[in-house]
Amino acid sequence: MIEVRWHARGGQGGFTAAKLLGLAASVFEDNYAQAFPSFGPERRGAPVLGFTRIDDKPIDDHSQVYACDYVVVLDETLMEVVNVTSGLKDGGILLINTESAPESFKLGDNFKVVTLNATDIALKVLKAPITNTTMMGALAAASGIVGIESVLSAIDAGMPENLREKNKKAVMIAYDAIRGVK
Amino acid sequence: MTSGNKVSKREFLNGDEAVAYGVRLCRPNVVSVYPITPQTIVVEKISEFVANKLMDCEYIHVESEHSAMAAAMGASMVGARAFTATSSQGLAYMHEMLHYVSGSRFPIVMMNANRTLAAPWNIFGDQRDSMAQRDTGWIQVYVENGQEALDMIIQAYRLAEHEGIYLPVMVNLDGFVNTHTYELVSVPSQKEVDEFLPAFVSKNAVDFNNPRSYCMSASTEWNMEFRQQQHEAMMKSKKVIESIDREFGDKFGRYHGGMVKEYKCDDAEVVMVTTGSVSGTSRLVVDSMREKGLKVGLVKLRFFRPFPAEYFRELKSRVKAVGVIDRNLSFGYEGAVGSEVKSAMYDSCGSPKFIDFIAGIAGRDIKKDDIELMYNKLLNLSRGQEEAELQFIGMRWQE
Amino acid sequence: MSKPQIVKYKMPECKKDMPLGPSSEAGVIIEPNAGWRVMKPIIDNSKCVMCLRCWLLCPDGVIDREKGILEIDYNFCKGCGICSRECPQKAITMVKEGKQYD
Repeated sequence: MIEVRWHARGGQGGFTAAKLLGLAASVFEDNYAQAFPSFGPERRGAPVLGFTRIDDKPIDDHSQVYACDYVVVLDETLMEVVNVTSGLKDGGILLINTESAPESFKLGDNFKVVTLNATDIALKVLKAPITNTTMMGALAAASGIVGIESVLSAIDAGMPENLREKNKKAVMIAYDAIRGVK
Repeated sequence: MTSGNKVSKREFLNGDEAVAYGVRLCRPNVVSVYPITPQTIVVEKISEFVANKLMDCEYIHVESEHSAMAAAMGASMVGARAFTATSSQGLAYMHEMLHYVSGSRFPIVMMNANRTLAAPWNIFGDQRDSMAQRDTGWIQVYVENGQEALDMIIQAYRLAEHEGIYLPVMVNLDGFVNTHTYELVSVPSQKEVDEFLPAFVSKNAVDFNNPRSYCMSASTEWNMEFRQQQHEAMMKSKKVIESIDREFGDKFGRYHGGMVKEYKCDDAEVVMVTTGSVSGTSRLVVDSMREKGLKVGLVKLRFFRPFPAEYFRELKSRVKAVGVIDRNLSFGYEGAVGSEVKSAMYDSCGSPKFIDFIAGIAGRDIKKDDIELMYNKLLNLSRGQEEAELQFIGMRWQE
Repeated sequence: MSKPQIVKYKMPECKKDMPLGPSSEAGVIIEPNAGWRVMKPIIDNSKCVMCLRCWLLCPDGVIDREKGILEIDYNFCKGCGICSRECPQKAITMVKEGKQYD
């Protein structure tokens, strides 16, 4: 079973990404998935978490996610207030939306750090700094846990019509960028 | 999703949405609504269905949960298939109406999002709310995921409306852990559900052509006979629960196990009894402990009322120790499920050793490590070591 | 104006420390602005004309007028921005937390 933790601030769509990833992996592929937010009061700007589980058999685990294979950080200022690497397994991947290079985050060698300036992509394509779908594309490329076609299908199924084309575009730019890096 | 599909459709839904889809498929005539976290998504989704003409029912906004149940009862009284949903404080608020509905024998189905009761106030999940309603004469089922939730809404109407039963059914989901968690759910087609659940033709409704009195008072000379009748109907429902689930399994491919579903109990030395979502997490722990050669098993208790006493009487001769995870507590004694499991297993010839674990109150997570700890305590007990009969798990302080 | 002081609230460390039921002493803030604030209001006193509109409208009552100029109690301010939006003189600006001059 794969477990992904998403870090965002309330209002940035962190949970939407967790949910769309789950939708992509389950309805559009032959897997089972679970997606849930951190259960607690939320307000714009406060740190929130999203979780996605993906498995090829039905997911029985209904406890919280403690150890994860991938961590996605939509807002790097969160790293000043939250320990985003907590629970990230050895050999896992930490994806950060940032201008900085992976080496500048001195977080040790137990896991891989992948960076992408998703805010830049989002501002260009979506005209807003909402990086959730962009980072989903990055995660798909970096991890291979879900096919990019499924991500695009999930956006079609899970987002309002007026948002679909530009979000899919942002996803593909991110996907190609990370695949190029690999 | 349109309502004209001929086949099941796979959707990624949270538990509340799954319930709403289930309700839609059952074609209720009346839905009475008062929102309360974490049930709100159920009634919001139903309102969307109604607004988009995907459901054809009266959607009644009421000013409280007491009225939500009163409205559902009024609807049922004129032959409507009625639905409502609530949680926690709302369930408590409608307490007297729960008695009214069951005593009057109206086959209402209600979804309850299990959430703790104030004070101290808290919105997160445990089963204190529904356990406190166990004597109200409602059939109670506890589901572990969105798929089971959707399926049980459909089965609940078949059960409630079954001839000779006519008892209301409460379908319980764990707050947040089920209600707000998205999972893959196969939504049956309207056609298949119509075949399984025909339109409601009430045998207990006002009829101008056959005038009767309803919801009468019953004197001391007659009252107990009605209560015995109600009890006998609930006892009869045990077989009906099983047959409906079997029939559902045949038609939709998912048989959920009837009143009790065992996992790896055949050669188990110790077993844990669970209700709701923790059942799934526990199965993972059973598997990992079995890999270490430990003979543990899981008993998922699906129906709390009626209570499957016969099952536990039979279980006691098969295992050395039984544990119960209670997400509730009757202050001054023990957990509700534990109490009943223990008493069902009691007889003068001895019973297996027993521990009642209080865990997961007000949304405190029941981790796999916690469950493993509980199983190890049962194993200790089965090997002759001392273990307290009531234990709190996952607390801040040990003492 | 009497303001709650920041008191280092001692969380119970054992059963004996627990209060009787869910209650606590009053007038304490456990965490300044409860970690909510992302933007923070700065009043430019040279532009302020003491119309007191912000003082009136602040939902948390954190603006103090006693000293003849307006002062914001940043221990309580949640950064909602109503003061900034409502100021007729545009004397209040919202700046990102951590980037203000104090």
